[in-house]
Amino acid sequence: MLSKRIIPCLDVRDGKTTKGIKFKENLDIGDPVEMARFYYEQGADEIVFYDITASSDRRDIMIDVVRRVAEEIFIPFSVGGGLRTLEDMRRVLLAGAEKVSVNTAAIQNPEIIAEGARAFGSQCIVLGMDVKKVASSPGIPSGYEMVIHGGRTHTGLDALSWARRAEALGAGEICLNSIDADGTQQGYELTLTRLISENVGIPVIASGGAGNVDHVYEVLTAGKADAALVASIVHYGTYTIRQIKEVLHQGGVKVRRTWI
Amino acid sequence: MIAIIDYRAGNLKSVERSLKKLGCSCFVTQDPHEILNASKVIFPGVGAAGKAMLDLRHLGLDRALSEAFAAGKPILGICLGAQIILEKSEENATPCLGLMKGMVRAFSTPLVATAGGERLKIPHMGWNGIRLLRQHPVMEGVKRTDEFYFVHSYYPMPASEGQVIALSEHGIEFPSVIGCRNLVATQFHPEKSGHAGLRVLKNFCTWNGQHVE
Repeated sequence: MLSKRIIPCLDVRDGKTTKGIKFKENLDIGDPVEMARFYYEQGADEIVFYDITASSDRRDIMIDVVRRVAEEIFIPFSVGGGLRTLEDMRRVLLAGAEKVSVNTAAIQNPEIIAEGARAFGSQCIVLGMDVKKVASSPGIPSGYEMVIHGGRTHTGLDALSWARRAEALGAGEICLNSIDADGTQQGYELTLTRLISENVGIPVIASGGAGNVDHVYEVLTAGKADAALVASIVHYGTYTIRQIKEVLHQGGVKVRRTWI
Repeated sequence: MIAIIDYRAGNLKSVERSLKKLGCSCFVTQDPHEILNASKVIFPGVGAAGKAMLDLRHLGLDRALSEAFAAGKPILGICLGAQIILEKSEENATPCLGLMKGMVRAFSTPLVATAGGERLKIPHMGWNGIRLLRQHPVMEGVKRTDEFYFVHSYYPMPASEGQVIALSEHGIEFPSVIGCRNLVATQFHPEKSGHAGLRVLKNFCTWNGQHVE
């Protein structure tokens, strides 16, 4: 039986990790390679990197980070942020990432999912989704809408139908971020997570809102997520990965508990 | 020297990096002669069986693998490399290498959890345990609680039960480690399975290709 995965998420800007609070006031908290190795040794099941570097001419810094991370950790890790073309994906994968995630680029050009899946395999292609709760309408029947630019721009796309379409195009996994919950530490968006997870056949990683270990437990049980992204609660030392996994295990959630 | 076979099927660098971390000397090659001159062979791979077989034949690597196997070189198949060593794959009815007797099967849909009846997702992706059925030098020191990283929609099913070294469970129990003589193969990715996976790779690096079946 598969274990539920606990995945630390590192936002990286200009080669340094940050943690976005509601996408504002990012602050530096360290070296991504060091942090990746720290979480690897602590029992993270996977690591997610988001490159939030603003200027595209500084993207090579991230490729170097990926290369150095790949020499240090022997678990899968994915890289997202600013990947627009097959060539962008290829560079990240060749540098040693297991997966690439596309978000805005896929909304603007859904074919990138199919092209990526054909070139590298579906298992490499993660669809990142930023979702906001809205009033249900004929255009947005699920009441959840895809947003971009950190939630500032609505796309008119229904989140559920977009998730299904991306799966059909060849996405191998979904990383589902609730813009409403992100940074609040009030818990994951359970209704949204369950809605998407129960209606696609690919794994769903829940993201946004973890403030304590009960939130992680809820999203992996009631929320039906296959994995939970964690950021602040591990970055600021509130919990170690081991503590999170121990609580999940006590609660009957299967997690990987041996890693040394 | 360990030859890692390159037939354009996936991320070979992660296998290479893991071996380097372990201090095992290795090189990536698609030259059949280099494979036959190597002391050991790793046969990785992700992707579709049909495409992989085409590429292997085109590069003459199908024969090199058969010869390396016949010569008794220790061979480690990984993921797709644990599948296409069998005779035939259900993935588009692809004829495979046939180093071992048996079939590559697809997880049938819908796949349901043995406990709870919940619908399971395919591909089988993530960390899962293994249940060792018999000892094998390459699995030496693997703990009962160790887990490994999988990502696949098909699994190997050797004709002989004696060639199944370990099983894993995803709705059904399927062979996750198989082996025959100097050939051993893992459906999981040892190079992405943390310390447990590195142990398997380390064991392979020191394996002489012999084991009692």
